[in-house]
Amino acid sequence: MMPIGHYLFLSLALLLIGSIGVITRRNVIIVLMSIELILNAVNINLVAFSRYYGDVAGQIFALFIIADAAAEAAVGLGIMIAFFRNRETVLADEMDLLKW
Amino acid sequence: MSPTLHAVLAFVQTWWVELLCALLTVLVVPLIAGYIVLVERKVMADMQARLGPMRVGPHGLLQPIADAVKLLLKEDLIPDNADQFIFWFAPVLSMTAALTSMGAVAFGPWFQVARDINIGLLFVIGISALGPFGIVLGGWASNNHYSIIGAIRSTAQLISYETTAGFALVSGFLFAGTLNVRAIVEHQRADHVWYLFLAPVGFFTYVIASIAETNRAPFDLPEAESELVAGYMTEYSGFRWSLYFLAEYANMIVVAAVGTTLFLGGWMRPFPNVQWLGWLDAFPVLLLGATGVYCVVRAGKQPAYVQAMFMWTVALACFVIALVFGLVELGHIVALRSAQPAHLFQVLDSIHPGLYGAFWFLLKVGAYIYLFMWLRFTLPRFRFDQLMRLGWHILIPLALVNVMDVGIALVLQLELGWNRWWAMALTTLFTLVVAALLLRWNDRHAATASSSLLAPPSPLEDANA
Amino acid sequence: MLDSVLFYFFASIAIISAGLMVTRRNAIHSAVFLITTLLSTAGIFLQLRAEFLFIAQIILYVGGIMVLFIFVIMLVRLDVPLPQIRSRLQKGAAVFVALAVFTEAAIVLLLARKVPGPGQGLIDPLPAAADKLPPNTEELAKSLFTAYLLPFEIASVLLLVAMVGAVVMAKKRPDAP
Repeated sequence: MMPIGHYLFLSLALLLIGSIGVITRRNVIIVLMSIELILNAVNINLVAFSRYYGDVAGQIFALFIIADAAAEAAVGLGIMIAFFRNRETVLADEMDLLKW
Repeated sequence: MSPTLHAVLAFVQTWWVELLCALLTVLVVPLIAGYIVLVERKVMADMQARLGPMRVGPHGLLQPIADAVKLLLKEDLIPDNADQFIFWFAPVLSMTAALTSMGAVAFGPWFQVARDINIGLLFVIGISALGPFGIVLGGWASNNHYSIIGAIRSTAQLISYETTAGFALVSGFLFAGTLNVRAIVEHQRADHVWYLFLAPVGFFTYVIASIAETNRAPFDLPEAESELVAGYMTEYSGFRWSLYFLAEYANMIVVAAVGTTLFLGGWMRPFPNVQWLGWLDAFPVLLLGATGVYCVVRAGKQPAYVQAMFMWTVALACFVIALVFGLVELGHIVALRSAQPAHLFQVLDSIHPGLYGAFWFLLKVGAYIYLFMWLRFTLPRFRFDQLMRLGWHILIPLALVNVMDVGIALVLQLELGWNRWWAMALTTLFTLVVAALLLRWNDRHAATASSSLLAPPSPLEDANA
Repeated sequence: MLDSVLFYFFASIAIISAGLMVTRRNAIHSAVFLITTLLSTAGIFLQLRAEFLFIAQIILYVGGIMVLFIFVIMLVRLDVPLPQIRSRLQKGAAVFVALAVFTEAAIVLLLARKVPGPGQGLIDPLPAAADKLPPNTEELAKSLFTAYLLPFEIASVLLLVAMVGAVVMAKKRPDAP
């Protein structure tokens, strides 16, 4: 295993790249993909520490995060499909009405 | 020497067997896949009362080579508005997934790339789950309506039947207690039974799901020629098409190998623990000898000299391989009987498990693939909504109930001390009752069930099978 | 040696793919680069000897979630690249803030003398005893079905709710056009 700092820096870099994606992109589906990237960064962090301390709890937490990410992606994409059906757009800029 | 070179050499020295197996897999599997295509065409011809490819090479035996050469020399067309990167990437992804999943499959006790990984068969299933990506990206990148529809249908079919295949395999894993490939076969040896007999519903569900997983008939609507031109493969020609094609046949080998390992006893001969049936080990020798004799007999009846020479060569090859098997068996028997066998016999005996294990494994995989081919040429194709209904309404509930029942059977056997066969019989009976109820419920609701989004609504009200 | 080669290989692919993913205009290209990022993350898990998580990542994330994303991208016809608004300020601000956070976190991490526990600095090499591990799947299963059974059951309820929710959201209304 590499020293723990390497995994922390990798996780931090992926987290920040994902955050840039969330902030910068107009397309909500790409924003959702960036959120998945953030969750993956967290997973790397958890599994690295799990290996470092020899405690399997980190990997269990990571497994639950994967399950949770699946649920969130499914619901988020369902919402996007419903929104697209109504408003013909998936760009965040154009989702600007509270009620139509 | 530099430390990097040292490290590389140390790596190769530690892992040379695995690297050799990986190299052989990558080199040999496309060739084997080509010859499986030839076998399929010959079997198809036999079932249709004709001869099949006979022209290229004696009895068509060089047909795969001719096909490969043709495909390599064909013009590489890329449609105008196709996405260049993904058009290139998709067949590569398909082929990579198919060959990588072969890494954890053990073709006999010696030939395995990823040994001793404790997620053995789950690795195979997981990497095979990357196959649909190659299909859907390829269909999308072709910029062609038929391709996209074919790709989406194919991917929907594959991901629907992945769940069923997973559950069916779980019912086998419950008996094995492990995911490690070697350990599964060893557990079958220790339990004195193939898991086929302990989890029959699981095996048959897995067979059906694996046919759907590899896009074979009767589940081959996505690539049926009369339906969607060639589905997702429409715009691919030449070498790219051959990558898809080889990926499909490699997937067939992989699902057959997984089914064989988990349900059919892997590389063990039938009745491995019964000592007096040890004469079954003579079966490979007899099979090859009989093939050689048949070739000799047919050689005399060939009209042309070249054909007769070819038959003699095949007969000679069969006899040579039979001799190798026979010598190894002889070494094994001598090593068993005598306390201090000669060194030659010890060497032959050490080869025995690997060679004979590989033979039995390949025989079972061949039988499984023959079953695929048999079903292809016998059954008509499913319509897409029928296919989805079968997958979601019938097979997934059945696979779920099967896993639960296998769990109950294990509890009955291990905790309450029942006889294994009574527990299995009772729970399998319950699963079959549930299956009958599912089919009956499905029949009754067929007229009112809505068809899937990706197929046109059926024009007839009582459209079901 | 093999450890560090694998780590740098997977880490570099992960970061490069992630960077490409957030900058592509074509959503399918973004999805493909996210697939490569997720595969390299799975490689990192494998390098950390978390074998079950490696294959769970591939089956669930790559084989499940990304297929869902690609289907949805095709369904909403996002495969044609959309014109981006040239908002230099927003992009510049995002990148600047990200770099600032990275630098700050890096300084904090590097100055940390000791991580509680084995008592190492963050980039000091580990003692050699960190390599003996019990088989991963069995350990995970033992923990999951005894100590963490309640979260396991809650996760299954969560997935059921998400399934129902996604179907309800995405289903075509019978009266809608």
